[in-house]
Amino acid sequence: MNDSNKVITVSGLQKSFKDNDVLKDVSFSVQKGTMLALLGPNGAGKTTTVRILSTLLSADAGEVKVDGHDVVKDPEGVRSVIGLTGQSAAIDDLLTGRENLIMMGRLYRLTKQSAIARADELLKEFDLVDAADRPAKTYSGGMRRRLDLAVSLIATPPVIFLDEPTTGLDPRSRSVMWEIIRNLMKKGVTILLTTQYLEEADQLADKIVLINDGRVAAEGTPKELKDKVGNDQLVVTLKTSKDFNAATKQLKKRIVRTNDDKRKVVIPIASDGKDVASILSKLQASKIHVESLDIHKPTLDDVFMIMTEKQGK
Amino acid sequence: MTELEFTKSSKVTSFFSDSLIMIKRSSRHILRNQDQLLGTFFQPIMFLVLFASVFGGAIEQALPEGISYIDFLMAGIIVQTVAFGSTTTAIAITNDLQKGIVDRFRSLPMSNLAVLNGHVVSDIFRNSISTTVMILAGLVIGFRPQADFVGWVGIIGILFLFTFAFSWLSAIVGVFAKSVEAVQWLTFVIIFPLTFASSAFTPTENMGKYLKLFAENQPITQVVEAIRALILGVPVDNYVISSIIWCVVIIAVAMPTAAYLFNRKTNE
Repeated sequence: MNDSNKVITVSGLQKSFKDNDVLKDVSFSVQKGTMLALLGPNGAGKTTTVRILSTLLSADAGEVKVDGHDVVKDPEGVRSVIGLTGQSAAIDDLLTGRENLIMMGRLYRLTKQSAIARADELLKEFDLVDAADRPAKTYSGGMRRRLDLAVSLIATPPVIFLDEPTTGLDPRSRSVMWEIIRNLMKKGVTILLTTQYLEEADQLADKIVLINDGRVAAEGTPKELKDKVGNDQLVVTLKTSKDFNAATKQLKKRIVRTNDDKRKVVIPIASDGKDVASILSKLQASKIHVESLDIHKPTLDDVFMIMTEKQGK
Repeated sequence: MTELEFTKSSKVTSFFSDSLIMIKRSSRHILRNQDQLLGTFFQPIMFLVLFASVFGGAIEQALPEGISYIDFLMAGIIVQTVAFGSTTTAIAITNDLQKGIVDRFRSLPMSNLAVLNGHVVSDIFRNSISTTVMILAGLVIGFRPQADFVGWVGIIGILFLFTFAFSWLSAIVGVFAKSVEAVQWLTFVIIFPLTFASSAFTPTENMGKYLKLFAENQPITQVVEAIRALILGVPVDNYVISSIIWCVVIIAVAMPTAAYLFNRKTNE
């Protein structure tokens, strides 16, 4: 792939705090206008990576470039092209939402008029107009995150770091954030997202880098990662335990799992669905009554479990 | 979307404009933090009235003929208020460091030092409120300053310098402290002995040998004596010059130290 399309490149990143090697070897790159999700459990090194990329922390080894600027040689250059939304909402509680936006805009070197106009625009976009002139300490958790994200967009930076933007939010606020992030992607910005929620990475990211214990454990598109785990699975719920017994006898070889209440059987299938037809006709031929059918797609949860287990060994 | 315009300014001018933005922010904090604002008003009045009425009778005996305790006390209590007031710089910095906002500032193309500048300079703003309130309250209970116009200019100038110096010292405490509670006892341990082992509330003549030696040579006594002489309209001896030297030295050491520690702390 063309190097000039890579907006973020990270290679051989290492960082330790005293005796704790947080990052052992992390490399990845992000294509212009795409979103990469850094996925990993707590303590995997996600936030440390973002802090190094946003010049808040210096690495022990490795090279990082953001939009052509080296984080070590040209931190000012990096700061002028990034927007950072951290884990804890980094807003000023005693200032109003509008004052927060204008202040940060001015610090990004926007002219006063531009900062004021852009603040208005963002307040509308993030549904904060009614609360614009209230101190931020009166905001709800979801509003604070929205304001925090709005603040990092004030100077329309081409690269955005979102460090666990939805951690601790209720489901409704989370889906609002997702909508906002999707809109952001439509505008062509390059995004690096960290998350411990597999669903979030699955929903939003073009590419996922799974990090565990300071190393890249796996990377690829959400689909590629899921394919690594294997097949779709058909979950058949039988009507009675008599049906269940008959079905297990009939399909013995193909069943990988049954559940304890003797109602469900799980059968791996090819994703084209041909297997489903043959299984159903077998059951029907033996007069076995089926209550419901479910196709379980492998989730990133499965990927996550498998990959992090592998690393542990 | 609006076309955004960026200012094009040199490093030096951006440092000043960043500092101005931060001063504006910290000043807003002062006005909106209402509990602290109440303290700014009432604490000095309380100290003034308590000292004047409780110690006044006893200490007046030790004062030279014709000087009332309230006139003597005023300089001490103003300096004490400013010294205690400087601790809010430490609290504000500790607060900022504990929340994510310093990370935000550091991810912006701005000067780190501007954050500290904002808190320190806005301290002058708050101390001006305290001092004005206290002088007005003093006038009500019998304070009769003899200072002329030049005297007042001198008093204000020294107070500005002193506030600035102590706020930078306080900034160091703010960077070091791990919590706001820690700030409170740290400053208590530093500021209390400095203000009480001085000529702020009582003449140093009757202190023990070593205490007297300390009291007469520490910065707070210099500043108190300079302001007291200006208030009473008597010769200032060397006190004005030694106050200025003390403050300038403190600023010259504390400012870069605080900035260095702040940078180091935030890069952890």
